[in-house]
Amino acid sequence: MSEAAVKLHYDIDAEDFTTAGEASSGVKKTLTRLGAEPDVIKRVAIAMYEAEINAVIHGGGGAADVEITPEKVTVVISDQGPGIPDLDKAMTPGWSTATNLVREMGFGAGMGLPNMKRYTDEMYVESEVGVGTKVTLIVNMKR
Amino acid sequence: MLKLSEIVKILDAQVLTGEENMDLEIYSGCGADLMSDVMAFVKESVILCTGLVNPQVVRTAEMMDIKVLCFVRGKVPGDQVIELAKEKGITIIATQHPLFICCGMLYSNGIKGRGVWN
Repeated sequence: MSEAAVKLHYDIDAEDFTTAGEASSGVKKTLTRLGAEPDVIKRVAIAMYEAEINAVIHGGGGAADVEITPEKVTVVISDQGPGIPDLDKAMTPGWSTATNLVREMGFGAGMGLPNMKRYTDEMYVESEVGVGTKVTLIVNMKR
Repeated sequence: MLKLSEIVKILDAQVLTGEENMDLEIYSGCGADLMSDVMAFVKESVILCTGLVNPQVVRTAEMMDIKVLCFVRGKVPGDQVIELAKEKGITIIATQHPLFICCGMLYSNGIKGRGVWN
């Protein structure tokens, strides 16, 4: 892998289930091309995909900024949605505020944030009610 | 272990895309309609049996490196789903059997591997 950092930016469309996942798919492809370890690629892809879906279903769309260095992959997903009133609850496996429509799409299992935590080395959630949410996901290239 | 071609026969399934992949060997399976559960629990290449037929199933399979999807209960996906699967190299088969029966048939025919984290 080259020493220079690779930076990627994606816009995440609001409530568009058809294209949701495009950003994560793009990052997965880039990491594969750069020769990252399969385990790293999978963990980044899953965690980012969960965050991307959250931005679509809860955040009213947003943006993804990704930085890839020889040391780590940093994914920042931000939205200007309603924010998370109780982060502890949101981190509880099974807890969900998703609508029935979202459940019909196969999401709302209440595993989104717990999955992001599980597959990353570091995770930070900054959220303010009425302002938005920013999730930072970091996966180290080597364990 | 079962070859995909055997699975197609056992489930009396239709191959919607990926006819060229019938020699794939499948060791474990997973049945779920909630994609975050798939992402929480599935650990390796499995056949994912699901009643959900939207593009997000294909996306989830892509992220998880799942190569084969089986749509149950006679669900028919839209062209968009088939196209996306083609693009991602994911095979889709479809059966009339409900999820429980589908999983039972695969299990009793030799797919007993735990596709999930212990």
